[in-house]
Amino acid sequence: MANIQDTIAKKFPAAAFAADNSAIPQITIDDANLHSLALCLRDDCGMDYLVTIVGVDHGQSLGAIYYLMSTTTHELCSVAVSTSNREHPYIHSVADVWHIAEIFEREVYDFFGIIFVNNPDMRRLFLSIDWKGFPLRKDYDDQDPKLNPISIESERQSDFTDVYVEKNGKVVKTERAIFQPDDFVVNIGPQHPATHGVLRFRTAVDGETIKKIDVYMGYIHRGVEKLCEKLNYPQTLHFLDRLDYFSGHNYHHCLCNLYEKAAGIEISRRAKVIRVLMDELARIASHCLFIGTYCMDLGATTMLFYTLRVREQILDIMEKTCGARMTFNYPCIGGVMQDLHEDFVKDVKALLAVLPANIKEYNKIFTGNVIAKNRMEGVGTLSREDAIAYGVTGPSGRASGWACDVRKTRPYSIYSELDFEECLATEGDSMARFKVRIAEMEQSARIIEQLIDNIPEGEYCVKVPKVLKLPAGQWFEMVEGCRGTFAIYLESDGGTKPARLKIAPPCLPLAAVVDHITQGSKIADLITIGGSLDYIVPDMDR
Amino acid sequence: MEYSFANLTGAFHNLLLDTLGIPGWLTTTIECVLIGLGMLLAYSLLALFYIYFERKVCAAFQCRLGPNRVGPFGLLQAIADMFKILIKELIHLNHIDRFLFALAPYLVIIASMLCFAVLPWGNGLQIIDFNIGIFFLLACSSIGVLGILLAGWSSNNKFTLIGALRSGAQMVSYELSIGISVITMVCLAGTMNVPEIVQAQDHLWFIFSGHVPALIAFIIYIIAGTAETNRGPFDLPEAESELTAGYHTEYSGIHFGFFYLAEYLNLFIVSGVATLLFFGGWMPLHIPGWEGFNAVMDFIPSIIWFIAKAVIISFVIIWFKWTFPRLRIDQLMALEWKYLLPFGLFNLVLMTLVITFGWTL
Amino acid sequence: MEVTCKSMPYEAFKDNEYIESLVKELQESGTNVVVGAFDKLINWGRSNSLWPLTFATSCCGIEFVSLGAARFDMARFGWEVARASPRQADFMMVAGTIVNRMVPVFRRLYDQLAEPKYVIACGSCAISGGPFRRSYHVAKGIEEIVPVDVFIPGCPPRPEAMIYGIMQLSRKLKVEKFFGGVNRQESREEFFKSHPIAADAD
Repeated sequence: MANIQDTIAKKFPAAAFAADNSAIPQITIDDANLHSLALCLRDDCGMDYLVTIVGVDHGQSLGAIYYLMSTTTHELCSVAVSTSNREHPYIHSVADVWHIAEIFEREVYDFFGIIFVNNPDMRRLFLSIDWKGFPLRKDYDDQDPKLNPISIESERQSDFTDVYVEKNGKVVKTERAIFQPDDFVVNIGPQHPATHGVLRFRTAVDGETIKKIDVYMGYIHRGVEKLCEKLNYPQTLHFLDRLDYFSGHNYHHCLCNLYEKAAGIEISRRAKVIRVLMDELARIASHCLFIGTYCMDLGATTMLFYTLRVREQILDIMEKTCGARMTFNYPCIGGVMQDLHEDFVKDVKALLAVLPANIKEYNKIFTGNVIAKNRMEGVGTLSREDAIAYGVTGPSGRASGWACDVRKTRPYSIYSELDFEECLATEGDSMARFKVRIAEMEQSARIIEQLIDNIPEGEYCVKVPKVLKLPAGQWFEMVEGCRGTFAIYLESDGGTKPARLKIAPPCLPLAAVVDHITQGSKIADLITIGGSLDYIVPDMDR
Repeated sequence: MEYSFANLTGAFHNLLLDTLGIPGWLTTTIECVLIGLGMLLAYSLLALFYIYFERKVCAAFQCRLGPNRVGPFGLLQAIADMFKILIKELIHLNHIDRFLFALAPYLVIIASMLCFAVLPWGNGLQIIDFNIGIFFLLACSSIGVLGILLAGWSSNNKFTLIGALRSGAQMVSYELSIGISVITMVCLAGTMNVPEIVQAQDHLWFIFSGHVPALIAFIIYIIAGTAETNRGPFDLPEAESELTAGYHTEYSGIHFGFFYLAEYLNLFIVSGVATLLFFGGWMPLHIPGWEGFNAVMDFIPSIIWFIAKAVIISFVIIWFKWTFPRLRIDQLMALEWKYLLPFGLFNLVLMTLVITFGWTL
Repeated sequence: MEVTCKSMPYEAFKDNEYIESLVKELQESGTNVVVGAFDKLINWGRSNSLWPLTFATSCCGIEFVSLGAARFDMARFGWEVARASPRQADFMMVAGTIVNRMVPVFRRLYDQLAEPKYVIACGSCAISGGPFRRSYHVAKGIEEIVPVDVFIPGCPPRPEAMIYGIMQLSRKLKVEKFFGGVNRQESREEFFKSHPIAADAD
């Protein structure tokens, strides 16, 4: 890291260096130098993966914090930039440096009203075009029902997007058409069987061939980040079960790790092992459902019922311990909610016994099928470079050959002691994404096998103060969810509630990349590609 | 020889004409009405049976139970669905072509009903008996695609339009393969007359007597037939995950019910024609030399033979649907034009050679 | 009058008072014998053939998938034909949060359903906004937007609860009147009168 600091300090004398509480170096820079710093970070320092952009409101100033990661050294660093103009906050866009920044910047604009100059698509992302105010600003009154009343009138639709460009030192708003005038635009979603929730694609098609897709999100945007600011730390946890409802355990794990680090709580090894076990069980269950729904999207409905069989078995195991089938709320600050059920070991062993046979069956029925091969092979190819530029992590990123498993790159909990492989493929097509997930199920089973007989004795939850107060500061934590890198940024002002809790979900980049990889393919391929990326809409919308 | 239903119908005709002394024109009218009613009854009963059958089969493939609460073993489930759908609202849409929109479902249902007329239901149990029966069947079945195209076009909806265009392309293409494989079998039979085709299979069904070319023709026929009925893996026109409900997205109530029924009846027709051409129509299974066995087989009524064979073939088609993923439109077209059609033509030549040299069994 | 479902005894239902009061209200005017028989037949058909619209916004939708799978198998009751087109569906299982942006879409879907149409609010989000009630972008219950027939509490409700909920709907259908008597259309008009947001559309 020191050499990066040297490089930057030499080129940008204005940059200030600090480190946040998670020991991630932070570079503070002014807006004028941001773009050149971004280029320098990407090209000279190897920071080629933009994890997230966190918008912040510090009362006087609005700002953005860019979290970057190197795909070779796996080091993190962050860049902070702010503006004191609350009326017309302008920051220069880095969308041409990291592709995914385009959609991240839209998100920051939506929540904080910061306008990113030169971003090619500066529309609202989650909220409707006529939404008044910027909800994550501290001065936004979110309890006023008159401000943005619920309406059953269809929202206003614009075929143009705003672009802010600099002309003679002044920022000017220009308009750009999204579609060509003679495009045949089909509206797929938000209520459509193949969008896996409520996502909307405006698809310009030429016959059956897709020319362009414009993704609309926010049909399940529930404002979790704002809600968290009003709740105390333990209360914020339960929202995470309802984002990506398959990765509830993993997401909880992330936030608990973060709170424990911030509060200086050391949890027992038993709790760590239980958390990892649950994470991996959740991963198997999630991938099972992925296989099922994906096959259903391709028309092979029967597979869904075969995969749900295994999923039900896992849900039974979890239900015995956690008491719920879906929203478990199991890991808590200091450990886990309850001790494992007495049947846990027996049930998990029964699961491990049937899992290989089931995976074999899935491969036999579906993966080897000639129609399935034709539908998936070479469809929606995503290169490694694009995967990194678009921030496509998780199994989808690994199918493109990018080793982005947080369990390997930045091991947390006890993952560094475990013996498992990171499943990679090089093809980057839908078939590779499908196969990587099947391979991951096997690896998860391997992890569980290693742990199931060695669950150490001890307390499952350590004593935690009733009212948890975190010291003032910033924290950043990443885990591997079932669909990719899940990160949380926390800013505390020393109180019992988070001042800013930013959730960086893996599914937002997955949806953002759809337009890129579907161009030129058929409408049916959109379903194949969307299914293979396996996004969860409540996760991207939060 | 089996009991012929021709005796029964002939006796009834004489009863009306001679015994009761009803004039000829009235007799014909009465008979037509009765036949029409009988056909409608058979039509609806078959549809209800097929709905139940498919659900149960699908449930079995998916390790489920399927309908079992409404009536014994869920037998009344399809009837409950029918009552529901009969009184469901017919939504009147704006900005559509009202006439074509209303016409489309009837075209589809009429097409499948006309095909019923030439199916050999049993010995002597056939509504129309004329020398180009097979030709008539092919002609009628292609009216259905018109209904689907109209449905998609008149709904003024982009999904239905894409569904209809897919359907049009698909059905027109696969009709060729069906035609070729039917011609192959007509070559073997030497006639287009349906009862004569059945009679020709008196000793041995065509699938056996025509051996290799007949088998190839059967495989081509069953693939093309599945595509013709818009069923999985060729259910692109109504691909649920792509086009919500395809060409009938905008239809509600009984209009949708017509499409729903027509799908199942087309399934029966495709299986029925396969039965006619490859499995001897209503002919019982005869194995040369096994006299006792043949006598037992003859004991089973011909109508049961026909329906049972058709249902078994339908089972295979349903099996396809619940096993395979769906094809993409370009793959679908490639399958037809690059594989099925050339193979079919080659097979036709093979069949003529087999017949010319007398290699049939 | 006992209104029940097959394979579920009358006593096992929790809210029989409500159904009984409904029956009483309906029977006040008395019924013609022939019309009554037709009503029974139609209600039998409707209540046994409830086709859901595939509509899910979040977590509850996954439990709805489980409901269709082998363990819970809603096909047993004849609810298996999930239609993707609202024109062909009978009821809408609102499984998940409805947010401001979704409200117009949701309302349009409801309008597109063919009569007779029913709505089940499934899960706490659909009932009241659930854990997201205080959010700036969440509708506080779908009852503000469309008339709801059955509420299924839970977060998400277990598939058993969903089965119970749909059974309640089917019980409700059994006492409805197609020919004369209480007309659902009227009550819907009243509903839109008393719910100003919903009335704006007309």
